[in-house]
Amino acid sequence: MCRLDAALAIAVLLGTSVSTAATPWQTFGTAASPEQISSWDIDVLPDGQGLPSGRGSVAEGEIVYEAQCASCHGTFGESTDYIAIAGGVGSLASSAPQRTVGSKLNYATTLWDYIYRAMPFNNSKTLSANDVYAVTAYVLSLNDIVPGDAILDQTTLPKIVMPNRDGYNNAHGFTAIEGRPDVENIACMSECTTANVVVQSHLPDGFAEQMYGDLSSHFRTFGKPPVSEVADEGLKMAQKNGCLACHAIDTARVGPPLAAVATRYADDTSAETVLATRVQTGSTGNWGAVPMPPQRHVDDEDLATIIHWILAGARSHEK
Amino acid sequence: MTSPKQAPGRIVAAPTAVQAPSRRRFLLGAAGTASAAALSAKATAGDLAVPAWSRVLGQPVAANPYGLPSPFEANIIRRQSPGLTRTNESSIAFAPLQNLFGVITPNGLHFERDHAGRPEIDPQQHRLLIHGLVGQPKIYAMDDVMRLPSVSRIHFLECGANTGMEWGNVAVPTVQFTHGMVSGAEYTGVLLSTVLEDVGIDLKRARYILAEGADGASLTRTIPIAMALDDALLVYGQNGEMLRPENGYPLRLIVPGVQGVSSVKWLRRLEIGDQPWHTREETLHYSDLMPDGSSRQFTWIQEAKSVITSPSGGMTLLDPGTYYELTGLAWSGRGRIKRVDISTDGGRTWRTAQLQDPVASKALTRFRADWVWDGNPALLQSRCVDETGYVQPALKQLREVRGTRSIYHNNAIQTWQVLASGEVRNVQT
Ligand code: HEC
Ligand code: HEC
Repeated sequence: MCRLDAALAIAVLLGTSVSTAATPWQTFGTAASPEQISSWDIDVLPDGQGLPSGRGSVAEGEIVYEAQCASCHGTFGESTDYIAIAGGVGSLASSAPQRTVGSKLNYATTLWDYIYRAMPFNNSKTLSANDVYAVTAYVLSLNDIVPGDAILDQTTLPKIVMPNRDGYNNAHGFTAIEGRPDVENIACMSECTTANVVVQSHLPDGFAEQMYGDLSSHFRTFGKPPVSEVADEGLKMAQKNGCLACHAIDTARVGPPLAAVATRYADDTSAETVLATRVQTGSTGNWGAVPMPPQRHVDDEDLATIIHWILAGARSHEK
Repeated sequence: MTSPKQAPGRIVAAPTAVQAPSRRRFLLGAAGTASAAALSAKATAGDLAVPAWSRVLGQPVAANPYGLPSPFEANIIRRQSPGLTRTNESSIAFAPLQNLFGVITPNGLHFERDHAGRPEIDPQQHRLLIHGLVGQPKIYAMDDVMRLPSVSRIHFLECGANTGMEWGNVAVPTVQFTHGMVSGAEYTGVLLSTVLEDVGIDLKRARYILAEGADGASLTRTIPIAMALDDALLVYGQNGEMLRPENGYPLRLIVPGVQGVSSVKWLRRLEIGDQPWHTREETLHYSDLMPDGSSRQFTWIQEAKSVITSPSGGMTLLDPGTYYELTGLAWSGRGRIKRVDISTDGGRTWRTAQLQDPVASKALTRFRADWVWDGNPALLQSRCVDETGYVQPALKQLREVRGTRSIYHNNAIQTWQVLASGEVRNVQT
């Protein structure tokens, strides 16, 4: 392995420099005693090095789990409200792989290590070693990796063979600078493709606004005409009340173009009241399958101004 | 049609209320409350009337003893991507690349990825423990670390999952969310090799180092000894000041060119060992799932990648037939960026962009190219080449080898489509 060779080469270099010249900053830092080290040294290796003494059974683990874990991970570890910690074994090669501690970890020691250092999420490093053995046993039993009567300790935990024990490899170019990339492109400059370049994927119309709100606020705003200077009161109110997250004036977004609303109701004398109610209570089926959620946050006065402005053509006029 | 309200470079954000044609009416209207007169005669006093701020005494020099951006920049912020994570503590805030210049990300906008929230660490009490295969295990206080011989280096930091949402199809609208898990900074600290030498690392047996954070997650990662001895840094400074809490105050690791999770924040412990740890963050996560169900582990290096940051998704080009600068960022975990090419026709033809100094190793590099938008739809792409000769791949090439489920290491060529309306959107071809 060339990585190791490199390390050894540097080792030789450094080795000599260490032995010949003492550095002038050698007095910095204080010696760490074994007791000090052990209070922070909580990591566990696959061979079990680092596991403290203690033991725990699946049955004891269930008690810990119910009290301290189930609220977030679900009774059977299945809940995705936070992250599932059971299930998915055998799914990794499928089109919908489920990565869980059961399906993807290669060593059970990692599960122990992670729970001990990081769980419960909101209260980490509070579990005793016994509790961690127990709850690890319970999580493994939820994944059908150990039987219901299993008892885990320093010796038994490292012996567990995880379903994905041999699922990892280093046969790729990412471990070192000299590593060979798996994909090789060429820096072609002209006539690089004769085929038509076709757009295969883009966001559905309106999706970005629905998810991210008013995207224009993600950019510098100077250079945009300040709406307040040019716009009618109606446009200002529509912006203030969030209508423009879904409606544009001339084009369809999540909702219909406001100019089209004006056209549709041009001769409808009851439109002003009907539309005000629909906006407040929500509306569906008038323009398509996508509903407009109730806009209860808009006060009556603003709403009247907006509707009036929409029906007048949803234009901006100079004042 | 000169309007004082137009954006520099005449690129503005997607108009909310109106699409391009009616927007142009807006811009005309914007020339003044004023009226037709202002419209016909450009640059009347209306445009250059002496503004109020030219006639008053401004704020005293130390009005903001720690300077803040102009209030007009209040929307230039990190953002979370809605629905991406289940908690706000194990989550990610993306850097607004669409708004940034040069290669240094301002400290307040550097992307933030935490696994158990951001701890508030008292530097007086913070300690770094180094132990394992060493001659003398040691505890360093911040004062000890900061008195050691220092180095300052410009590097990029990129989360392994950057652009991970886009493996299957287009999922997010702007460059903030496609690429905003990368940032660039000048990091100041101590070469890790200096400290390892100080504890008398046993180089005959040492193969790996475990790095551990002091946060609630105490996140751990295995670092190979070659990288640790090469250019890894113990960092306390970022862009001239102490690290921000979001980025690991008061002490973090920076492993240049390697996926961000290895650059453990709030660093409290380094253990030198002879085998990898297989921590949760290098098995269950941050390993690359292949179509056959196997996982590539220890995929440390971030391969060369580039993206045009302007024009980019969510912007609108207002004026066909006018000049627009194409600009963006390129970086490689294997060294320097050698060249960036850009295409405006979806990759049929390419031309070489200009690189802006500095072009540092394992650092963001700014590129730019001139372009006159003729008003027709266009597909904008950038493709970088690093000093090893590696050429940034197309998404299709990556998918052929890795499928669409591997989450990490998506360094594909990014495409922005300019529509005839001038709107720019994220697409895949
Ligand atoms: C307050 C909610 C909460 C509680 C309580 C909680 N967890 Fe978690 N757990 C989480 C979150 C959130 C994550 C993901 C953290 C991350 O992604 O960094 C997680 C991750 C995990 C994981 C790793 C899952 C994976 O796929 O990476 C395990 C295992 C786990 N928890 C076990 C436990 C156990 C055992 C307990 C009880 C002792 C517990 N958790 C209590 C919220 C919780
Ligand atoms: C979450 C997206 C969304 C928001 C926010 C929204 N709308 Fe709508 N709006 C829609 C959709 C979708 C429709 C079409 C509903 C239908 O087919 O009945 C619609 C329809 C309408 C209509 C036409 C109703 C009809 O019966 O013809 C009006 C008027 C309207 N919206 C005004 C508003 C106003 C005013 C606001 C702000 C207070 C607003 N909308 C906010 C999505 C939205």
